[in-house]
Amino acid sequence: MTTALRLEGIHKSFGANEVLRGIDLEVGEHEVVCLIGASGSGKSTLLRCVNLLEPLNGGRVWLAGEEITRRDVNVNAVRRRIGIVFQAFNLFPHMTVLRNVTLAPRDALRLPREEAEARATELLGRFGLADKRDEYPDRLSGGQQQRVAIVRALAMQPELMLLDEVTSALDPELVAEVLSVIRELAEGGMTMLIATHEMSFAGDIANRVCFLDAGLILEEGPPEQIFTRPREPRTQQFLERIIAAGRL
Amino acid sequence: MASEGDRRSDLEVAGRRSRLLAGLRLEGEGARGVAIALLSTVVFFTAVAVAVTQSPGWPEVQRTFFNWDDISSSFPDIARAFVLNVKIFLVAEVFILVLALAIAVIRSLPGPVFFPLRLLAIVYADLARGVPTILVVALLGFGAPALELSGVPSSRVFWATVGLILIYSGYVSEVYRSGIESVHPSQEAAARSLGLSRAQAMRRVILPQAIRRVIPPLLNDFIGLQKDTALVGTLGVIEAFNQSQIDANATFTYGAYLAAAALFVALTIPLARLTDWLIARDRRRRQATGVQG
Amino acid sequence: MRKLTFAALGLLVVLLAAACGSSTKKSSPGTTAAADSCTTGQLNLVKSGTLTVGTDNPAYPPWFGGNEKAPWKISDPRSGKGYESAVAYAVAKQLGFTRDQVAWKYTPFNNSFAPGKKAFDFDINQISFSPQRAKVVDFSDSYYDVNQAVVVNKGTKIASVTSKPGLKPYELGAQLGTTSYQFIKDKIQPSKQPSVFPSNAGAVQALKNKQIDGLVVDLPTAFYVSAAQVPNSKVLGQFPTQPGGEHFGMVFQKGNSLVTCVNKALATLRDNGTLQNLQQQWLAKATGAPILK
Repeated sequence: MTTALRLEGIHKSFGANEVLRGIDLEVGEHEVVCLIGASGSGKSTLLRCVNLLEPLNGGRVWLAGEEITRRDVNVNAVRRRIGIVFQAFNLFPHMTVLRNVTLAPRDALRLPREEAEARATELLGRFGLADKRDEYPDRLSGGQQQRVAIVRALAMQPELMLLDEVTSALDPELVAEVLSVIRELAEGGMTMLIATHEMSFAGDIANRVCFLDAGLILEEGPPEQIFTRPREPRTQQFLERIIAAGRL
Repeated sequence: MASEGDRRSDLEVAGRRSRLLAGLRLEGEGARGVAIALLSTVVFFTAVAVAVTQSPGWPEVQRTFFNWDDISSSFPDIARAFVLNVKIFLVAEVFILVLALAIAVIRSLPGPVFFPLRLLAIVYADLARGVPTILVVALLGFGAPALELSGVPSSRVFWATVGLILIYSGYVSEVYRSGIESVHPSQEAAARSLGLSRAQAMRRVILPQAIRRVIPPLLNDFIGLQKDTALVGTLGVIEAFNQSQIDANATFTYGAYLAAAALFVALTIPLARLTDWLIARDRRRRQATGVQG
Repeated sequence: MRKLTFAALGLLVVLLAAACGSSTKKSSPGTTAAADSCTTGQLNLVKSGTLTVGTDNPAYPPWFGGNEKAPWKISDPRSGKGYESAVAYAVAKQLGFTRDQVAWKYTPFNNSFAPGKKAFDFDINQISFSPQRAKVVDFSDSYYDVNQAVVVNKGTKIASVTSKPGLKPYELGAQLGTTSYQFIKDKIQPSKQPSVFPSNAGAVQALKNKQIDGLVVDLPTAFYVSAAQVPNSKVLGQFPTQPGGEHFGMVFQKGNSLVTCVNKALATLRDNGTLQNLQQQWLAKATGAPILK
């Protein structure tokens, strides 16, 4: 299994606050890795560092063997290969769903309109959003919007998908529809790095779970090991809090 | 596939909408409030009208300002002269919208390499807003031709228009800038994350949203511009306000000013309503999508 | 709801009281003193014991002379030099005022005919009589019969024109508040739109810049413009006096009995040749311009 993503010694500070204190991580092709941890542990920051949205204070990142943190890298080209979906969906409110999805393929990948729209229509159809094609985002429910956001990222045919707490802003009854999309992607072999609070879901689809604590990966391993036999006491504390909150 | 979830979320959206409508329906109390407001407005304005017309200076003021003959006889000439005002602001507005956008975009260029350009944009906006428009119009309208450089036009209308463009671009660039900054950074983050360049993100995602947000202040500046076209009259060119001054000075009454004012207002009102309609139509698009702010 | 009703009613009561409380008798501005008494002590003045004369700033030759003295620019009305200053002091003397009893009040042209109580006893500022204007203010009899004239730059095409119709193809200018614009429109009827300038400064600059081809002003002012303001210019010519033509008059508050007394003074000055002498003294240069028929 070749390495789709490699992180080495990632350091990131915001002012005086050091959020990431030396992250090392490898994600293999077709692997699904889930990041868990308390708020503020750095999960979101880590994902934003991977697609170079945040400049690093230290460390290097390789995408499919190519170092994307080198000085002369074409950042836009790199980002086309990585799909990211945010907690707050961030759809473009002034564009229809279709346009949201075709914007980057047409402008960044220079796809002709028909091809971009065909691709978009196919993806939207696959995830049950075909009838929302010409709607504006404000007419969609949260769950639908998040699914559109995922489709938008997929339309770029990325090598790697980053999902940042994508269900955390959704009403509980809408979470399931988004999770089933993610499951489908995983089953289709998409390489994914997922930050999530949904522990049972993580347990279901992850090949590996990493527990982030205070800017470091404290522990990582297969889900059943992390969830049932964590080695670190802080992992244990975290999981106990989650169980007490009824989320595991 | 996710049809169950779809059906449930459609219901959820429909439910939200009907709750909104229920709140808008006038209940008994609301209707009574409207009636009282109307009544007190009528009463108030009647009282004001009575107070004004009973004041000792009223006959003179009425003859000076509200004489129908003055107003109607001066109207045709003023209306004809108004055509120039309209031409000036139509031409100027197009250039202003473009130049101001350029300045605002330059101002947002990141990185140390663009610092000199950013500084230039800042200085420009400060100067343009600080200098009184009438001075710039006089300087350009009389000063530029006085240089007697070949190729420099001597037309006062040309230079007044240039002056208005330069000044208003300063104001409008700040309006654009506030619009750009009001678009949540997560929109730019989402666009850049898809691999769009900064320019593409600006053009497709940020600016369309920014501009929609600042339509009211843009219209405000546009209306101000319409009135400032009268400044070309200080250079001697006959436009609506100058014409109304000519009439007023000939008769020593002010009815002509009212006629000119009526024309300017007649232009403003439809524009203001159009803007309201544009904003209302766009307001629903700004909701949700998970974007804060 | 109740609070709103009370507030509206309360406001109505207050306003009605104010309206009814104010004087309902129709008073015309200015008192009606005995019309045939022009003795100094019985004159209707804004400030008793002083003759307050209004004029605009800057005070231009040949209407005013002497060196400029703050706050007056270019010339000083208090000097007694210049035609209008001399006439004002001559009239004051006839009314029984000494020189120290004459005070000059800065009155921008627009203020001389604004409604309400005037701050001067009369205003003298090259203001032409017209029947329309006389509905709003009172004019004295003529203290100067006006000829219009035109100033041009030497060596330009218009400088070789010798008749009134010859001026038709040119861009002419006039000053706001004068009757020159009306003269251009009615008597010259040029094919190009004329310009009207709010101030002398603008008119002069436009002529210098060749943004207008000729400036139409009264004859004495024309000589001042070409002699002192626009280098390399000349008075192209004057237009023959119309029968019952234009004249300058002093401006008074409507209904001010003082105008009768001033007219008496003017009649005396005319009969005893003072007016003629003053014109010789101050406006002599302004006679030698060719006549444009």
